[in-house]
Formats: sequence, C-alpha cells, structure tokens
Amino acid sequence: MTTVSSAEHTRRDFLYIATGAVGAVGAAAVLVPLIAQMNPDASTIAAGAPIEVDLAPIGEGQIIKVFWRSKPIFISHRSKKEITAAQDVNVATLPDPETDAARVKPGHDQWLVVIGICTHLGCIPLSHQGEYDGWFCPCHGSVYDTSGRIRKGPAPKNLYVPPYAFLSDTKIRIG
Amino acid sequence: MSGHSTYQPQNAFMQWLEKRLPIGGLIHSSFVAYPTPRNLNYWWTFGGILSFMLGAQIITGIVLAMHYTPHVDLAFRSVEGIMRDVNYGWLLRYLHSNGASMFFIAVYIHMFRGMYYGSYKEPREVLWILGVIIYLLMMATGFLGYTLPWGQMSFWGATVITNFFSAIPGVGETVVTWLWGGYAVGNPTLNRFYSLHYLLPFVIAGVVVLHVWALHVVGQNNPAGIEPKSDKDTVAFTPYATVKDSFFMAVFCLFFAWFVFYIPNFLGHADNYIQANPAVTPQHIVPEWYYLPFYAILRAVPDKLLGVIALFGSILILAFLPWLDTSKVRSARYRPLYRQFFWVFVVVCVLLGWLGAKPAEGIYVVLARVLTIYYFAHFIVILPLLGIFEKTKPLPNSISESVLDAKA
Repeated sequence: MTTVSSAEHTRRDFLYIATGAVGAVGAAAVLVPLIAQMNPDASTIAAGAPIEVDLAPIGEGQIIKVFWRSKPIFISHRSKKEITAAQDVNVATLPDPETDAARVKPGHDQWLVVIGICTHLGCIPLSHQGEYDGWFCPCHGSVYDTSGRIRKGPAPKNLYVPPYAFLSDTKIRIG
Repeated sequence: MSGHSTYQPQNAFMQWLEKRLPIGGLIHSSFVAYPTPRNLNYWWTFGGILSFMLGAQIITGIVLAMHYTPHVDLAFRSVEGIMRDVNYGWLLRYLHSNGASMFFIAVYIHMFRGMYYGSYKEPREVLWILGVIIYLLMMATGFLGYTLPWGQMSFWGATVITNFFSAIPGVGETVVTWLWGGYAVGNPTLNRFYSLHYLLPFVIAGVVVLHVWALHVVGQNNPAGIEPKSDKDTVAFTPYATVKDSFFMAVFCLFFAWFVFYIPNFLGHADNYIQANPAVTPQHIVPEWYYLPFYAILRAVPDKLLGVIALFGSILILAFLPWLDTSKVRSARYRPLYRQFFWVFVVVCVLLGWLGAKPAEGIYVVLARVLTIYYFAHFIVILPLLGIFEKTKPLPNSISESVLDAKA
C-alpha cells in the first residue's frame, strides 16, 4: 500500500471515512430487527390484555389465585382480624415501609390484590402461613403479613400490587 | 504464495496475542497482504458474496428458530405468527426465504465463472471438488428448510424427494421408512428435518473453511488463466480486492433488497401458503426454482431408478470436470470454440430450468429429453474432444501484460 503524507487529506481518506460511516450506520440498522425480534410479540402482548375477575364466589378468609400476563395474582378476601392486623402496624418499623391503605382501594379494605411472586428470587409464597398469618415463601424463608408486606427474610420489597380497578363491588379488572 | 508473514502488530495486546495464537497474522496473510491477481473482474466477487450470504442465512435462521415450532400441528401457524406477530418477523422471514434464492443465484454465477475461466483445472481440482460438496450440502439444506413451513409444497416436496430413495433396488423401501421415521412423511420427519436444517449450514461453514484454505494454497485463478509470474502481476488483497468485493456485495444486497421489500413471494410458490394436506396432492408439484433443471432431468428419463441416477449424476459429474476437460488452456478467453459451447451450455441449463416448471406432457417431454442428453454430452463428449481438437489463441506472456494489452 502506498503511503500518504499525513499533512494532506486525500480523496482516498475521505472515501474510507465515508464508507466506514455508512457501513457503521448500516450495521446498526441491521442490528435493530435482530434485537427487537426477541421482545414480546404482538400475540403475547394481546394475551396480556386486562382480565375481569368476579369476586362474588370468594368467601371471607379465602384467597384465590388467577393468572394475568403469566403472573400469579393472589386475590384475598380478608377477614376483620386480618384487616386489623394489617392496619395496626408502626409503618416505620417495616423493612419496606408502606401503609395498608396504600395497598388497597378506598372503601374496599377487605380486598387485597397482590402479585404472588416473592420479591426475593421469584418463587410463589404459600398462603395463610408464616408468623403474621400472611404468606410464607418456602424457598428462602421470606415472611409476608396480611397486607402482603415483607416482615422477615431476604425479600427486599413488599408483594407488588398490580394495576387494578373495581368495576362494581363484586368485579375487578386487573391490568 | 510467499513464505513468512509480513505482519508487524503495532499495539502491545496484538503482539502479546500473536505469540500465543497467531490469528492476527493469519488474517493478515490471508486477507490483507494476500497477493491477488491484478486482473480479477467482478465475477470474482461472488466468493465473498457467498460467504456473506451464508452468514446472513445462519443469523436470520437462528433468529427465526426462536419463534418456529417444528410440529405438524403448529408449524404452519408458527410461521404465520412470525409473519404477523413477531417484531420484524416479516422481515426476518423474507430475508431468509429470499436469501436462500440469492444464495443459489450467487452460487450458480460462481460455478459458471469457474467453468468459463477453467478454475477447476490443475492445481485447483480439490478446490473445485470441495465446491461441489458445498453445493450438494446447500441443496440438502435448501430442501430441508423448504419443508419446515409445512405448506402443501413443503409436504409434497418432502414426499417426492424422500421417495427417490425407494428407487434403490432391494433396500429402497427400508431406507425410505428410515428417513420418514414412519409410514409416510409426518411429524417425526418434520422434527428431524428441522434438526438437520439447523446442522448442515455449520457443516457448510466447515467445508467453506477448507475451500478457502485450498484456494489460498494454490492462489486465485484469473481471467487470463495464466499463473502470476512476478509481483507485478499481483496486488495486495486489502484494499483492492476488499473494496471491490464490498462494492459488489452492496450492489448484490440492493438486488436482494428489491426482492425482499417489493416482490418477496415472486420466487416462491403460492401453494405453500396452503397448509399441508396429506390427502390432496397439488396439481403441479414443483421444487423451488434452483432445483428445476435437475427436476427436468429426473422427469426426462422414463425409468424410475435411472431417473434418480441421472439426477444425482448430473450434479456429481461436475466433480469430474477437471479430468473431463482435456484442454491445456484454462481460460475461455483464449478458447474461441469452447466459449461458444459454454454459452450453449448455459442456455441449456436455463431451458432445463424452464422445462422443470412445465407439466411433463407433450413437447415439453421431448425437449427435456433432448436437452438432458445434450447436458451430459457437454461433459462426456464435447469437453474431452475440444481439448484435443480446439485451436486455442496464443496466451499472453504475463498477467500484467494482458492487462496492458487489453487497452489496445
């Protein structure tokens, strides 16, 4: 290859840089579909549409499990005892401070809707178990209370509350 | 080819690596400093284009494999899911299906280049035979891939091709049952075809490495067909061949893109958008366009076993080309008579392709038989005789001389 004095920029330099730049843009453009195709596709997104759940068959003290966006959702029809236990807490002492009122809809204290995935490493906690009569995760021993808040164990956050709304007193839409 | 490497790594990391795994030196001597004949024309860019297309097919294929389901009840639907639901799925699918056609267009040009300029002649026989092996693997891969969408053509193409083996006397039926994994083409067949379709491209990649190695040992052929005699006859691969290859690769990609974005189903068959129905054979089964000449040859022979032998023979005969062509002169540039027969051969191949798509009736059958006989005659009769009787033009003294004289 002939050498060129670095003082002068030649047409060849320009062509190399221009080709390189267009090539880089092209390479980036090629990467976009290759990476984007791994994101959820339209059918998966469609299957994640909001669901409606009828609350009427759920008795007091019962917890049911439904699936939304492939995640298990606990719907807990809390008893008076469970509601009181959830509300009578010094919030400042909680590992993840949150009032019970912030985790339920106003006027619907007896209904707790949480995503049933332990915030530690993803196992499904067991209902009506653990020291606080909430949930207990057998994988690594996390203990949640009747508001789904973490009390003991390695989980860092309270059980997440999914987006939901009451369509009537006996029907909710999750999502 | 010269001996010691001229590679002098500048940065400290490359110097460290070079002592332990001299990959920098290998790339440098193979693709940077590599002496390339200075008279190569654009027909020589197709090797690089083929490597690019192999990479493109592997990448789009792996990505498609993330969304495809190889089960007879789900395959067709999963392909439609790719087309409609997967982000950019339509693009990836069309890139892969049209990419296969582009791969074959490029390989046919590459092969015809080799036949015209005598690139199969001594000392490049092994290089040529490795190429025939790659071509056979490509045909297998293409066939396997086409069955995967499980459309009507997929299913019936699979049935017809696997039935070839029933022509083998004695063990034929056993072989076919073994291929099918059942009593007919079905789910076991689809599953194993998927596995093999994923495997073979990597086998192709391995043989391509051997192919490029064999090439680099003997050096490239060139349009004049005479070996480089001095440094004046060659230039460094980078930047000259690199840029020429990249330029024509970009032009080829434009051609590819034209199909992908404007006529993505032009080279395909509408019947493959109908789900496979084992009870109904389509009126006109045809393979994809790149198999049509061989399909015509198969149908031209009235006997089942001989037809299959003729089909495989028409491909395998290519491997014997270095010995069937007896001429001492390589390039058709200096072989005026061979040049004419070469173009006749090209026309015969194209016509056979056209006939492969026609129904096997009437005048088409007659034509296919005549052209099949001519196809084999080209290799077995014409080429050997030409080498003996042809009066060739005088060869130039060197490559650089031929380049300078060309202006005159």
